[in-house]
Amino acid sequence: MINTIPIHYYLWLAAVLFSIGVLGVLYRRNAIIIFMCIELMLNAVNLVMVAFSSYMNDAAGQVFVFFIMAVAAAEVAVGLAILVMMYRNTKTIDINILNRLKW
Amino acid sequence: MELNVFFFLAFVAILSALLVVFSKNPVYSVLYLIITFFCIAGFYVLLNAEFLAAVHVIVYAGAIMVLFLYVIMMLNLNTESAFHKETILKIAATICGGLIMVVLIGSLKGITDLKYPEHSDSTIGLVKNLGKVMFSDFLLPFEITSILLLAAMVGAVMLGKSEKESKVNN
Repeated sequence: MINTIPIHYYLWLAAVLFSIGVLGVLYRRNAIIIFMCIELMLNAVNLVMVAFSSYMNDAAGQVFVFFIMAVAAAEVAVGLAILVMMYRNTKTIDINILNRLKW
Repeated sequence: MELNVFFFLAFVAILSALLVVFSKNPVYSVLYLIITFFCIAGFYVLLNAEFLAAVHVIVYAGAIMVLFLYVIMMLNLNTESAFHKETILKIAATICGGLIMVVLIGSLKGITDLKYPEHSDSTIGLVKNLGKVMFSDFLLPFEITSILLLAAMVGAVMLGKSEKESKVNN
């Protein structure tokens, strides 16, 4: 059933989504938006993994994606805590202000 | 039929991903990112990975994005202040992003004649099968994940604690 869609469509789509994530990281200065774009890149990679897992009939890829989701959740929790702490100290989350590593 | 669903989902996913980058208001960015995540869950369903689709909606749309929204509202950032880069930097960023897309698409040039098994096993993404794999081959990584989540929770609590409180405690 899934073989009606060629696998390279998924790879192209994931490449485009990953590039949009990279564009967002480079384009914006708001640290939260940059963080969201990193999530987008992570999801593009997950999509490639699930696509290969189902086309090659191997469940290991989907288990890996499950672990990646757990790591992403941990990363978001710690990252947002760091952002809140930065905001408390500098009253901004503009990354151009945050280039001193001290305040 | 499936191809039409794929193209519709891909269109919505790419459009909302672009809107994540280009919306002025961070709250709108979060909402567009939720739309993108729902589209990706749709791709998982198309790929017969039903368990991952459910987990993706619960973890990403349900937990992570709510966390983002909560932080944006808590920091009162839902008005776009002076977060603008210079035009030259924006042009450079767009060129760099476009070049990365060209490189990635170009590296997939010979992918059209990739060989994969003709008959796909549609039961591979079900909870039964994934659970068997997860608790036999991947038991140790699964347990280590719990330690990772505990460490992340402790780290987030430590970072989120306000300075005054810790001074009082010391």
